[in-house]
Amino acid sequence: MTATLPLRVEVNGRSYEHDVEPRRTLADFLREDLGLKGTHVSCEHGFCGNCNVLLDGEAVRSCLMFAIQAQGRSVETVESLTSPGGELSELQQAFTEHHALQCGFCTPAMLLTAKEFLRDNAGETDERAIREAISGVICRCTGYQQIVEAIQSVAARP
Amino acid sequence: MTIEQLPAAARIASDTALKEAGRRWLGKSVNRVEDPRFLRGEGRYIDDISLPGMAHAAIVRSPHAHARIVRIDTSKAEALPGVVKVVTGADVKAHAAPLPSFGAGPIIQDLIAIEKVRHYGEAVAAVIAEDRYVAEDACDLIEVEYEPLPVVLDPFEAQAEGAPLVHELLGTNVAYERTFTFGEVDEAFAEASRKVQAKLRWPRSTGMPMDTNGAIGEYDPGTGVVTIYANSMNFTYFHWLIAASLKIPASKLKVIPVAAGGSFGSKFFMHKVPTFAGFLAMLAGRPVKYVEDRITHIVNNDHCGSDRWYDAELAFEEDGTFRALRIDCVDDYGAYLQFGTGTHGNGLSQIVGPYQMKHVQYSLHAVLTNKNQQGAYRGFGAEVSNWMLERLVDMAARDLGMDRVEIRRRNLITPDQFPYRTPTGNIYDSGNYQGVLEKVLEVADYEHWVAERDKARAEGRHVGIGVAASNERSVFSSTEFWFWFDKPEFTPTASPESASLQIDPTGQIVVTLHSQCLWGNSPETVVSQVVAEEFDVDPSSVVVTYADSQHALPGTGPGGSRFTVMVSGAVAGAAGEVKEKIKRIASHKLEVSGDDLEFRDGGVSVIGSPERKLSLAEIGLAAYMFRLDLPADVDSGLAAQSTYDHPLTTVPSDDRSDLGIFYPFVGHAWHIGVVEVDVETGKLSFLHYAAVHDAGTIVNPKTLDGQIIGGTIQGLGTALYEEYLYDDKGRVRNENFEYYHLPSAMDVPTMTIAHQETPSPYTPYGIKGAGEGGRMLTPAVLSAAIEDALEPYGVRVTSLPITAEQIVEWASSR
Repeated sequence: MTATLPLRVEVNGRSYEHDVEPRRTLADFLREDLGLKGTHVSCEHGFCGNCNVLLDGEAVRSCLMFAIQAQGRSVETVESLTSPGGELSELQQAFTEHHALQCGFCTPAMLLTAKEFLRDNAGETDERAIREAISGVICRCTGYQQIVEAIQSVAARP
Repeated sequence: MTIEQLPAAARIASDTALKEAGRRWLGKSVNRVEDPRFLRGEGRYIDDISLPGMAHAAIVRSPHAHARIVRIDTSKAEALPGVVKVVTGADVKAHAAPLPSFGAGPIIQDLIAIEKVRHYGEAVAAVIAEDRYVAEDACDLIEVEYEPLPVVLDPFEAQAEGAPLVHELLGTNVAYERTFTFGEVDEAFAEASRKVQAKLRWPRSTGMPMDTNGAIGEYDPGTGVVTIYANSMNFTYFHWLIAASLKIPASKLKVIPVAAGGSFGSKFFMHKVPTFAGFLAMLAGRPVKYVEDRITHIVNNDHCGSDRWYDAELAFEEDGTFRALRIDCVDDYGAYLQFGTGTHGNGLSQIVGPYQMKHVQYSLHAVLTNKNQQGAYRGFGAEVSNWMLERLVDMAARDLGMDRVEIRRRNLITPDQFPYRTPTGNIYDSGNYQGVLEKVLEVADYEHWVAERDKARAEGRHVGIGVAASNERSVFSSTEFWFWFDKPEFTPTASPESASLQIDPTGQIVVTLHSQCLWGNSPETVVSQVVAEEFDVDPSSVVVTYADSQHALPGTGPGGSRFTVMVSGAVAGAAGEVKEKIKRIASHKLEVSGDDLEFRDGGVSVIGSPERKLSLAEIGLAAYMFRLDLPADVDSGLAAQSTYDHPLTTVPSDDRSDLGIFYPFVGHAWHIGVVEVDVETGKLSFLHYAAVHDAGTIVNPKTLDGQIIGGTIQGLGTALYEEYLYDDKGRVRNENFEYYHLPSAMDVPTMTIAHQETPSPYTPYGIKGAGEGGRMLTPAVLSAAIEDALEPYGVRVTSLPITAEQIVEWASSR
């Protein structure tokens, strides 16, 4: 065990102060220290993107970042998309309508990555652009097609 | 025995006929009832679960593929603050029995290697610590002295006299050999006017779910019960084998199923991880979580896919008629024969594909090498044999100068031939293969793409078309695991599935399932749709729960595209009983005959007088609280349980000339893919990809599409990217996702999918399994398409994966 460092970070709109080991990953901090289990770790070295969260609005690998690197910054996880027991967001609803998830393991990262894409590319329904945007998140179940369709359907809305 | 003599099959067939008229909920693309919790990140996967006082485990993996363990020094690890216990092979030897094996002979596998390691990544020690970071720190402090032994990696060299032995007790690396001959193979080859022969290579890959294998063990010394939370195992089928390894009675092992982030076969009989968790919890005296990290999953998982070398021949006539098939297969099983040779038995269920052929010979050489073990991967061997068969068919077409569609069309089994008995004895229940073919040609716009390809070729571009057909056997019995042996020690023939259905006093329908929780499939949606069909309630109103192994009825779980068919039978059985009781209560209360009642709009009403109705809530309350309002001979409560057995299976003949009916509900599919190859870079672009599947009655079109697309893309990974790479010392060179490439969204086509429905006459509602079909097609389609695109170079695709490097090499060397 090594000495801890004080971390101040905003997660899903709430401020946290927490002492963390320097080597603690952001993913472990979110999952184990804050109990936000919606962030999933799969390959543990930055390739599969299943651990993606939004850091100041941009998708990052939470397995590759140390929690302490989020000092003073703002993190969004899948838990921010809907209040507990609340209605699904438009994007989440589109995912179920289009059957864009099977085992659900990559789904939080896919949703957050799609959210970033839709925010930055309003109205963009081009399939290739969407495929490129989500190409950093590996899904082993769906073959991606129904995910692309779900994102397209949201992008096409006025 | 004929099919008609099987009473179960006959009964189901008549029920199905009745139910075909007017489906209400089956066949609709309802949203999955599983989805909301996963969309919210509340899926509760294994690593999301914590128990009070829980410790964490990590394992030390062998850096050698074959070595004697001389000495292990754990003292530094034990001295590290936060370490609870260090466990080695000595503890396993003292307290555990070997892991289960379905293979014959002394091929002994221990939870942690005891005297020697037999493959790279095999566990040599485990650390239990207060957290995972400390556990991994401690693993680094364990000193293991190895005496490296000569490695054997090539399955042909492994068979040679004097080769290093993986298992000395066995005395050979050939774990199993057998030749099956069905029909008059030699005569057919002698008489046929033509034949093609090929050596084909299918490399080792794996299901590679995003969520690795994981389990939490908990030991209660008071009762002696070991509780294991596991993200699979198909526990009602296999948990007693885990109990044997732990040396506890099966009744003292309580397995609690946990959702898995994908399996694709890799969690079908997941034995190492749950056994680890239970064993470590017993030693530590507190709950222990063990979840594989990615590297461990890659190098030490329970289920690598097939790793085969074929020498195969097809005999045929000048008009394209197929006569006979002769197959010799060397399969590199790795260090253990944990799952036996079932993947070859599986392939024998549809070894002739969708084609009429009477004579087949199949020789298997199951060989041991210093690699991780094989197990199950989507297709369970039938995806490999289908690729082999379709390669031979393409070669035959080329040999004859015949169109690749035409040669297939001429040999297809015709609708009047069903049920069709294949040479091995397995039957295909039903089908309209010609219908699927015509549809795929239309959906693919085949003639258009043939013209486009020819035009492109004239312009010097490399466009190619691949066409492939496949059957998709579904619902295994269990005979494929043992019909290999003349005198098998263990001859199971059951693969049941159960369901309990209860309507509570408020009218809520609750279904309890008795096998593995979900792992990417849609068990709760399927069950909800069947319940909705039977009771005419909203599927989203149905509550689905899972029994643990101490409370479970017989079950088998997903695998071999069986679950939708089998669980539907179980739910239909339980629903039928409950409906009967409801009718008795309602006919008593409404004073009408039970025959005049129907289930409509969440209640039971008089046919023709819908206002004379009782809701399920009214019935439920009466059933639980108002005994004196019930008919005198009706007991309180409203629940039933049903165990549904395989409806159509027979035992193999003693001489094994007839393997019996063991995989009879057979779907059918065709895929056509059009690719363009850039010969400078090896890059592949998809111009079109069409698929038509017939999976019998469709339960939910969009989830069926999801299975087809997902399977197809996994097959694409097998065809183009995925392969275990070993160095000359047997170390896995691509033990992470940087070098083991999984298809991304940019690597895959958008598919055009259509369906045909040919209901099975023998299953509930006519459903056939459909979870594996996609992966049975893509390797054949892409092999053919790339070969076609590279026609100017005379390329013949005989091995997978077809990498970009391979394409560049082909193009530059001619």
